[in-house]
Amino acid sequence: MATVKIPPVLRPKTGGQPEVEAGGGNVGEVLRSLTSEHPDTQEQLFGEDGELNRYVNVYLNDEDVRVLDGLETAVKDGDTVVILPAMAGGASTL
Amino acid sequence: MAIDTERVQTIEEIEPFEAAEEINGGDVVLIDTREPHEYQEAHLENGKLVPPGLIADEIATAAPDKSARTILYCRSGNRSALAAAQLQQLGYENVASMSGGIIAWQEQGLPVVAAHGMTPEQRERYSRHTLLPEVGVDGQVKLLNSKVLLLGAGGLGAPTALYLAAAGVGTIGLVDDDVVDASNLQRQVIHNTERIGMPKTTSARIFIEGLNPDVNVVEHNGRLDATNILDVIEDYDIIVDGADNFPTRYLLNDASVRLRKPVVSASILGFDGQISTFLPYEGPCYRCLYPTPPPAELAPSCSANGVLGVMAGTMGTLQANEVIKLVLGKGEPLVGRLLLYEALGTRFTELKVRRDPNCPICGENAEEIPESEMGKFPDYDEFCAGAGGDR
Repeated sequence: MATVKIPPVLRPKTGGQPEVEAGGGNVGEVLRSLTSEHPDTQEQLFGEDGELNRYVNVYLNDEDVRVLDGLETAVKDGDTVVILPAMAGGASTL
Repeated sequence: MAIDTERVQTIEEIEPFEAAEEINGGDVVLIDTREPHEYQEAHLENGKLVPPGLIADEIATAAPDKSARTILYCRSGNRSALAAAQLQQLGYENVASMSGGIIAWQEQGLPVVAAHGMTPEQRERYSRHTLLPEVGVDGQVKLLNSKVLLLGAGGLGAPTALYLAAAGVGTIGLVDDDVVDASNLQRQVIHNTERIGMPKTTSARIFIEGLNPDVNVVEHNGRLDATNILDVIEDYDIIVDGADNFPTRYLLNDASVRLRKPVVSASILGFDGQISTFLPYEGPCYRCLYPTPPPAELAPSCSANGVLGVMAGTMGTLQANEVIKLVLGKGEPLVGRLLLYEALGTRFTELKVRRDPNCPICGENAEEIPESEMGKFPDYDEFCAGAGGDR
């Protein structure tokens, strides 16, 4: 099992959990087990073509999966998958 | 310690101009053999202080390589000659003493790092900085001469401004078009109850001037857009991005890459924060990290979703820390690294950020921007499709 870190904007879709455990041999499988457990995350993570949305960064441990093997990147037990969309919060208006 | 007078006669003495040529050529270890209070007044750039009584204890740290060219100086040339002899006895092979010392050096019009920018009050005020070897008088003078622009005098900008002002950053520019509201005061610690309704840039100025009269505050009471951003950021050494919306973040990124300005960028939401430092062409830029903005439902603002006040403090002071390191040229800035902070679990996570060779702004094939196109930027509101912020 891998630990998937859920960003704050997706936590409403995972029952508020900041981390969930998910199984799978590669990053794609881990994310798909997340989306089958929490279906509302599907459209946030994946486009209609089944690829990761470009505005969502996914890291295996500390490395962007795009510089690894993308969704095919192998995942070991105890690895951490970080889902990271951009955040813009700061000054109240600019 | 007994000095072998025979050896004193044999040390190499060089004139200040010869020393200057060698120092400019590089690969010279420069040792200042005076007392700390003399060093504080004025010293040669990159001169390392090793007081006469501490040579045996400290020289190995200041000059670890005994075969390296090592030039010593003092006030007038006597203490450095004795120290040079002592170094030779300790096995240093290539030592010279600068004759006439720093007095002769300055008489020849050669530059020193002086506390000249620093008044007695400043020496007192910044003494806890100048005691740090990583800062010292040189570093404090750099801070006093530095110019930092803060985008936003709000949640992130307030704590950043507070610590940069206290640190003696000489010029702090503030961009904000908002006025102080009661709902800001839970986190925007430079504003206060009496100043509700006042422009944030003015409230920030009052706070900063009260904290530190050394700081020149420049108010930019307005918004940054494609027509003014280059003019505004051009005058600054470092930009601190605490904007709340994606159009401004992308605009700032594109403009700062063009002008090669470092950007310290943080964002906060709820109990979560992230921070990175973007050094154009040396590390990734904001677009390498986030090539496209998320849709609006994935980019809520603090006003809609709330933010723990102290989160702004944590991330804002991390931004101030990055700025100070960049000014000093010390430590490891967060270049190519994104630091995530989760306040509820009190956990930091560090992720690698790579330069994207295909980045349209800083990648290998990014086009040179001709002068006539410099102020032109895409329509970010369109590009960002309403994502984020209150716009």
